[in-house]
Amino acid sequence: MSDVTAPAYRVIPIIPALKPGAMEGKGPFVASDKINEAIGFPGQLVEDWHDRAIAKMGELLGKYRSLKVFMDACVHCGACSDKCHYFIGTQDPKNMPVARQDLMRSVYRRYFTLPGKLFPKLVGARDLTREVLDEWYNYFHQCSECRRCSVFCPYGIDTAEVTMAAREILDSVGYGQKYSNEIIGKVHRIGNNLGLPGPALEDTLQGLEEDVKEDTGIDVRFPMNVKGAEVLLITPSADFFAEPHIDSLIGYAKVFHATGTSWTLSSMASEAGNFGMFIGNYEQLRKIALRIREAALELGVKRIVVGECGHAWRVAYSFWNTLTGVGEGADPNDKFAQMLQKQLDHRYKQPMHICEFTWDMIGRNALSFDKEANDKHIITFHDSCNVARGSSMGGYPGGQFDIPRNIIKAVANNFVEMPLETTREKTFCCGGGGGLLTDDLLDLRVKGALPRMEVLQQVADEHGVNFMATICAICKAQFTKIMPIYGFDRRTVGGVHQLVSNAIILGEK
Amino acid sequence: MASVIFAALFYLATLVFVVGLLYRVNIYARTPAPLKIPTTPAPTDKGGVVLRMAREVVLFESLFKASLWTWSVGWLFHASLALVVLRHLRYFTEPVWGWVALLQPFGLYAGFTMLLGLCGLWVRRLFVERIRYISTPSDHLMLVLLIAIAVSGLLMQFAAHTDVIAVKDFFLGLQRFDIRSLPVDFVLYLHLLMVALLLLIFPVSKLLHAPGVFFSPTRNQADNPREKRHVAAWAKQLESESGK
Repeated sequence: MSDVTAPAYRVIPIIPALKPGAMEGKGPFVASDKINEAIGFPGQLVEDWHDRAIAKMGELLGKYRSLKVFMDACVHCGACSDKCHYFIGTQDPKNMPVARQDLMRSVYRRYFTLPGKLFPKLVGARDLTREVLDEWYNYFHQCSECRRCSVFCPYGIDTAEVTMAAREILDSVGYGQKYSNEIIGKVHRIGNNLGLPGPALEDTLQGLEEDVKEDTGIDVRFPMNVKGAEVLLITPSADFFAEPHIDSLIGYAKVFHATGTSWTLSSMASEAGNFGMFIGNYEQLRKIALRIREAALELGVKRIVVGECGHAWRVAYSFWNTLTGVGEGADPNDKFAQMLQKQLDHRYKQPMHICEFTWDMIGRNALSFDKEANDKHIITFHDSCNVARGSSMGGYPGGQFDIPRNIIKAVANNFVEMPLETTREKTFCCGGGGGLLTDDLLDLRVKGALPRMEVLQQVADEHGVNFMATICAICKAQFTKIMPIYGFDRRTVGGVHQLVSNAIILGEK
Repeated sequence: MASVIFAALFYLATLVFVVGLLYRVNIYARTPAPLKIPTTPAPTDKGGVVLRMAREVVLFESLFKASLWTWSVGWLFHASLALVVLRHLRYFTEPVWGWVALLQPFGLYAGFTMLLGLCGLWVRRLFVERIRYISTPSDHLMLVLLIAIAVSGLLMQFAAHTDVIAVKDFFLGLQRFDIRSLPVDFVLYLHLLMVALLLLIFPVSKLLHAPGVFFSPTRNQADNPREKRHVAAWAKQLESESGK
């Protein structure tokens, strides 16, 4: 991996020329028998993979209107063709969203449409051969499911949905990806993606209490499994030990402390991330989400708040109510959802993002800050893809853009925007989302970060930006790893609540 | 003889078009969307969704964000096509509806802008490397077909006039299952043949983007997942099976 280098910045961000085959290959590590079987998939590629894959595809076409419509509706207009960060970084034409979709669409046409059955060549239909299956495995693991293409498609075709379906089909024939499937196994076995057992978490939290006491002289608690707490905090497990994630965890704890909110973590649900979404498997998505429901019911909490994590917030905001009944508006006969919804306090949004919580408290004058504590930073904000295009905050369209920025401006003096073409709903993925945050894909990750690094360089040169805040655990881990390759200090990236933590005034107000 | 063949062809094409389209739309409507996946920021209520869809269908909002060139030629083609199709209603109605008569002068020249848009789209498909890469033979042929329809139509209007009174008589007749004679005119035959072909392939081709867009969950869902529980029937079953 030492030979991985950053691609050159484009002088003017022109659309790159095609380099066919640039990213051909075997794709990320394939999951072992043990990993696959632990979560109910065949251990390795089954003998009748062809028939089972086609049958699975038929099943998904009947279960997901998105897939069905997206397979039919594309007219090959090319609106999406220059929008993917992996295409921009790799120049491989199969990383154009439309071409990635066509890897599956060509098979769809062959087996599920009349013209494809009669005239395959004419409509670009292909048999599902072993080569095609391998191509799926490779290129559907070069998509981070960031939905940038779906912003620009005149029919709203979302490649993420196609990628999820492809991975679901691959898993169903025993051709799963090691990284994602191993993590899903861990979350079921141990409670979080990193495999930190309960006692280790307790230790970490105790250590944090000591650190904060040393720093501030104040007893900020990091409670775990406290029954009857007001708030259950669900946060990505990286927040417990990874840098810079942990600084945001300290920030959340300080906000809860300063506002006098009783809160708790759960060892059983010590993970906000949900890789079930990445592999497009509804049952896994649901099963992982149900841990949060179980923890909430067991601890009797009134509110559920989610920490800084992009895809986790998409799952929490957009899917939890569907999967687990965390939210409101359940049918009166819907016993499953009513059980939880009766327990929760509906004066607050359920679930709530930690940024919504903090911003709400700032609005109530419940927090005070020493903004100068952040004066060493000239800050910009990187919108994380899943937050930007798959969720919202504050109950109005675009709240997911305003609220984190409002918080930054409330706790720091120097804030600079990156160019509008690369922020808000047009933001670029960090390059490591969607189950690709693994070292066997480092080359892809470095190349995929190109568009973001280009504009970061620009605001660094023009405005002296030296800190890029973000609210996603994957963004933080990805940038920490790839920024040095682009010549940035790895501490250039950090959380919004890291800035909150720096500036918050604890103790007597 | 030609009249009978064309009559049969148009009955068949209309049948395939209507039944095929209803069949597809029915599938789209009945296939569940189990998760809330609007591309955000998205409207939070139905009224907002209707507005978003209207902007998408009438103005091609997303395409506008994506590429001004593709948007210009694409929108020019579709807007012109809409005018041309509406203008053609005069050949199927007697008396001609007032608003169709009003459209007549615009509809006539829309044929040219339609052709211009189509040529723009084809030039893009032929000469932009990325678009050429993703094009299948059918993508090119679809444009050729539409261009041929436009050219043959314009020829009849502005060069080799056909007997439109007789053509209208033929189509009014078809509506009463009365086969009247069609003028003997090669350009007219070509025009009609290709229009029938377009109707025939509509329900099995990428032309399904027209009904498809209305069923696209990223565009037609309201962004209110926290306020309203959304569960598909097949997903609901998981709840009773697992008991939790």
